[in-house]
Amino acid sequence: MKHIIATIGAAALAMTLVLPGANAQEEAAGAAQEGTVHYPLKHPVEQEWSFAGPFGKYDKAQLQRGLKVYTEVCAACHSLNRVAFRDLADLGYSEEQVKAFAANYEVQDGPNADGEMFTRAGLPTDYFPSPYENPEQAKVANGGAVPPDFSLIAKARGVERGFPRFVFDVFTQYAEGGPDYIYSLLTGYGEEPPANVTVPEGTHYNPHFAAGVSLAMAQPLYGEDVTYDDGTPATIEQEAHDVAAFQMWAAEPHLTERKEMGFRVMVFLVLFSVFLYLAKKQVWSRIEH
Amino acid sequence: MSTHEAHGTYTPTTGIGKWIDARMPLPRMMYDSFVAYPVPRNLNYAYTFGGILSLMLVSQIITGVVLAMHYVASTGMAFTSVESIMRDVNHGWLLRYMHSNGASFFFVAVYLHMFRGMYYGSYKAPRELLWILGCIIYLLMMATGFMGYVLPWGQMSFWGATVITGFFTAFPLVGEWVQQLLLGGYAVGDPTLNRFFSLHYLLPFMIAGVVVLHVWALHVTGQTNPTGIEVKSKTDTVAFTPYATIKDAFAMMVFFAVFAYFIFYLPNFLGHPDNYIEADPLVTPAHIVPEWYFLPFYAMLRAITFNVGPIDSKLGGVLVMFGSIALLFVMPWLDTSKVRSAVYRPWYKLFFWIFVADAIFLGWLGSKPAEGLYTSLAQIATLYYFAFFLIILPVLGLIETPRRLPNSITEAVLARSKKSGAQQVGSGAAASPEVRG
Amino acid sequence: MSEETITADETTRRDFIYVASGMLGVVGVAGLAWPFIDQMRPDAAVRAAGQPVDIDVSSIEPGAAIIVTWRGKPYFVRRLTETEIEAVTALPVDGLKDPAEAGPRIGGPADEATKDWVVVAANCTHLGCIPKVVDNGADGWHCPCHGSVFDFTGRILHGPAPINLPQPPHVFANDTTLTIGTDTV
Repeated sequence: MKHIIATIGAAALAMTLVLPGANAQEEAAGAAQEGTVHYPLKHPVEQEWSFAGPFGKYDKAQLQRGLKVYTEVCAACHSLNRVAFRDLADLGYSEEQVKAFAANYEVQDGPNADGEMFTRAGLPTDYFPSPYENPEQAKVANGGAVPPDFSLIAKARGVERGFPRFVFDVFTQYAEGGPDYIYSLLTGYGEEPPANVTVPEGTHYNPHFAAGVSLAMAQPLYGEDVTYDDGTPATIEQEAHDVAAFQMWAAEPHLTERKEMGFRVMVFLVLFSVFLYLAKKQVWSRIEH
Repeated sequence: MSTHEAHGTYTPTTGIGKWIDARMPLPRMMYDSFVAYPVPRNLNYAYTFGGILSLMLVSQIITGVVLAMHYVASTGMAFTSVESIMRDVNHGWLLRYMHSNGASFFFVAVYLHMFRGMYYGSYKAPRELLWILGCIIYLLMMATGFMGYVLPWGQMSFWGATVITGFFTAFPLVGEWVQQLLLGGYAVGDPTLNRFFSLHYLLPFMIAGVVVLHVWALHVTGQTNPTGIEVKSKTDTVAFTPYATIKDAFAMMVFFAVFAYFIFYLPNFLGHPDNYIEADPLVTPAHIVPEWYFLPFYAMLRAITFNVGPIDSKLGGVLVMFGSIALLFVMPWLDTSKVRSAVYRPWYKLFFWIFVADAIFLGWLGSKPAEGLYTSLAQIATLYYFAFFLIILPVLGLIETPRRLPNSITEAVLARSKKSGAQQVGSGAAASPEVRG
Repeated sequence: MSEETITADETTRRDFIYVASGMLGVVGVAGLAWPFIDQMRPDAAVRAAGQPVDIDVSSIEPGAAIIVTWRGKPYFVRRLTETEIEAVTALPVDGLKDPAEAGPRIGGPADEATKDWVVVAANCTHLGCIPKVVDNGADGWHCPCHGSVFDFTGRILHGPAPINLPQPPHVFANDTTLTIGTDTV
């Protein structure tokens, strides 16, 4: 067994030495060749998140700020279809506050007894209504690009980490690629494109965009876009950070619960393993093997 | 049970025990298979993956049955129903993460189990059928895993299904017809999703059936062991219970601890972000990759970029991919060596570890875009993969000089424990479980 | 070491390890089983949809009824005519299978003088079919499945049903709005 492990170790070491070399060679080859540029031009900037790590949990005040940024800025174009108003109780709002929040929205319901659709005030059981009737309307209103839904975007975005970083990620529990990407994108506007990059008409240069040099969305946040209820200064970094955290919550509402349960389960499994190891040693103590 | 002497016999003591034993001796069968069954005393932890795999199969079936209570197999509702599992169903997030990561860990265990079999020559006579049954299980697992990945109806689900069923179009004349037969339409759609769900539910039970045969075949020939020498006397073995049971249980818990680490802390690490975008037949993701456990085969599929005579590169790739799996089935007949275990085959050992590294390297290449240097590297790695089976295995058996084999398992164990005992005296440290295990 | 040399202390230690491992195993299986049972409970969306519902009852005249649903189950909302009220109050309570006064089962908006509203479950207490009003049976609801008959306050008159139709928690939020699912405004 010892030499097996040793050999695996040696093989892994060999891979670590060979692969980055291959990577670098490939990148050099890619730069030389036309048309094989890999996006994003700049990797996401890793941020501090309250929900990172084994004991991570959502910061409710931050989520409330993020909700404010979403409703006052993003919601004009981006839907949040899979989140219901009742879910906002997770953000620390009372039942009454959720009811009042939901009632601010108009929701289509029906048909009524006369066979007609009607609109009514939103209820906690309703979901965030879309800003557009259908994807086609969204497309026309936004110059041909449908603004993506925000319910899962924090899990649906992530820049490939590459070898060997993804191996280290297992041990550091890095799982915040989505929020890091969102933060970087939101704060990545405003740079002058390099001379060798042509930005297509009607799009906006952003080196953090994962699918090209530029995207259809213009810079959405500039700072001071909202006034936070808790008095936090609304810098662009703060807003981007808050809305990215809010999107992570929208995508993974049970994260806090998951990590709390995980700790208990891990403690149990380690303890159980130790006892089983002792029992195994006991059972085998009289056998040469 | 061949020459292997069982450790004890089943003797029912109670009245009801005797009554059942006379009519349907299931308790006797269980006792003979899982209590008195003799296992070589020198098995190491590499031999615990069989038990781990059976537990993973049970785990996948139970979580799967439960998820099917909430899942809706229709293109309009599939993604939404999975999201309702993740958000609204009580503990639904846990069950789904157990199932999706469970698939990955099932494959982790099966690959370790297979590499162990290759290292210790478990596929050689008289265990060819045991090995082939294992290969069938692996094939069924791949089919199940692939169809399961389609069910959440994300972008990778849809495009993975499109690409993989596209393999069949590579075959001349019947290709298109076969593809439409699989899809139930001209493209992946509602009929495809429905039949994939049905089959994804069915196949695990077929796997369970083949597992029974696999275990049956195992209990006829008995287990191999790190020395590769057959069991010769009762002193070479110990009783399955408690010796193997407790060791398996410990290994299972360690494996589960790693599994749980992923479920609770990195549940999406092994998945792809694009699968959190609902399937869109009009937009292909920038970069389609299958689940990690298919990546080596995917790399080989893409490595064939050239036509060979009448076989075009597309058909060639598909043939290479299927061939790479077919080779596993005939492995018992490709290896010409009389010696089973790599422990006594210095050259085989070297080539085996290169093969392992090659397979991992192919997996990494499969996750990279198919361009430039990556393609050339994939071609070299594919070449080694095939050469390992078709050249190294047959030739090495004929020219390699194996190390001297001990006369029996007991002799090997005693020789080693004497050595480690001496070390223990020298260093004053306890022998590590790996050495003793 | 051989069996004979094992001391009492070692036996205790060994037993402790085995017993503790076994107990941890039981705890683990029980803990693992819970999510699988818990997932069968109504999920968050179903529970949220089980909140009280408001029903507009302005269009119901005496003698008419509507069926409404709350938590997926049907409920009768019926306004009784004067003759129907007389008929149900005239029934001797002692003769009923599940004795209950008619009066408390009849309600209405707080500021209305006449109380003539009945809100009862629409599933027969026998095996759950929906009783109907039969043309020639003015005495109440008849269950088509097994012949149970209920009066217009939902009390069982005869047939296999064992108890009266239960009343859901309900309250008139105002003259025209009935809320089912809570008894406080």
